Amino acid sequence: MIWQLDLIILLMVVICGIAAISIRDLLGAAIMFGAYSFMMCLLWSIMGAVDVSFTEASVGAGVSTVFFVAAVFRTTRRTRD
Amino acid sequence: MKRLGLIAIIIFGGLLFSITFELPDLGDASSPASTHVSPYYIEHTLEDTSVPNVVTAILADYRGYDTLFETAVIFSAGLACFFLLRIPERKAPKARFYRHLTTGLTLRIEKGGRIPEESKEFERIDSAWVPNDVIINMTCRLVVPFVQLFALYVIAHGHHSPGGGFQGGVIFGAAIILFAISNNLRSTTRRLSEKSSALLGSGGVIIYLGTGLLCILLGAGFLNYSGLSVFPGLDPVSARSYGILIVEIGVGIAVTAVMVWIYYNLASAGTQEEGL
Repeated sequence: MIWQLDLIILLMVVICGIAAISIRDLLGAAIMFGAYSFMMCLLWSIMGAVDVSFTEASVGAGVSTVFFVAAVFRTTRRTRD
Repeated sequence: MKRLGLIAIIIFGGLLFSITFELPDLGDASSPASTHVSPYYIEHTLEDTSVPNVVTAILADYRGYDTLFETAVIFSAGLACFFLLRIPERKAPKARFYRHLTTGLTLRIEKGGRIPEESKEFERIDSAWVPNDVIINMTCRLVVPFVQLFALYVIAHGHHSPGGGFQGGVIFGAAIILFAISNNLRSTTRRLSEKSSALLGSGGVIIYLGTGLLCILLGAGFLNYSGLSVFPGLDPVSARSYGILIVEIGVGIAVTAVMVWIYYNLASAGTQEEGL
């Protein structure tokens, strides 16, 4: 476990999380959420929880991003608040 | 209102943060979980179930109830999407679009116009603009079988390596969704119809439940797979190993089908006619 790497990934998680809730474009928010999930997946594997990391990679970064993109495609890209 | 929400988030976030300092450190050998809970599983899993991956054994055997209801939650998520989004029957769309495959021309056929028959010459396309991209089509056609094979490997090899029914099922569903994105929704529903995905989803949950009930019928507790040892060639330890495999396959089928089912309803806004 390299703590510099750990810190960088943790910072990326925070940045992706804030970006995902503050961005106005919903498609961008969906992609940021996918990036957030991927960073979380890296964190899990750093902590040695490979099963959780695997689930996070397949569900969080993979399928749920597709679901968000599909929902944005069928509704609207703009948010009002 | 927004400022109020921000204040509430700062207060409760600060509380959560301050509590994290009270938690035991990562990998702390003297924490309660490491002194009372984990040692039992680490020491006994192999002799109890002959499964080298402790996580799989805990999820599917020791804590079988959790995984059973997790699978049920996934299935009810698919069911909720179906009830919320599905539109039973819709009027024929205003205009349909066809592509002439040899020349690449796009035909727009208004309502009442003559629709070309199913043939190798014309291909129906979605009304949202879809370019005929040979590279994407061929790449996905090459990738999809390998992704599916990897998903089956993840399910089957869950005893020895990270992974299992849930992850493998999601990857298998993702392969089908990849096919749907690269081609179109209609050619995917022709291969795996909505009805069969719903049936498979409930079938996976029923496999799990059925294994548990079979254990009761054979004289053991619910989801105590050592009851399966009455079958020839199985001792109680290997019976638990096989029970885990059966359950993982059930979870895999359910998760695959539900992922695809949710995608069908989301991407087509419930009409199952035109998709992403």
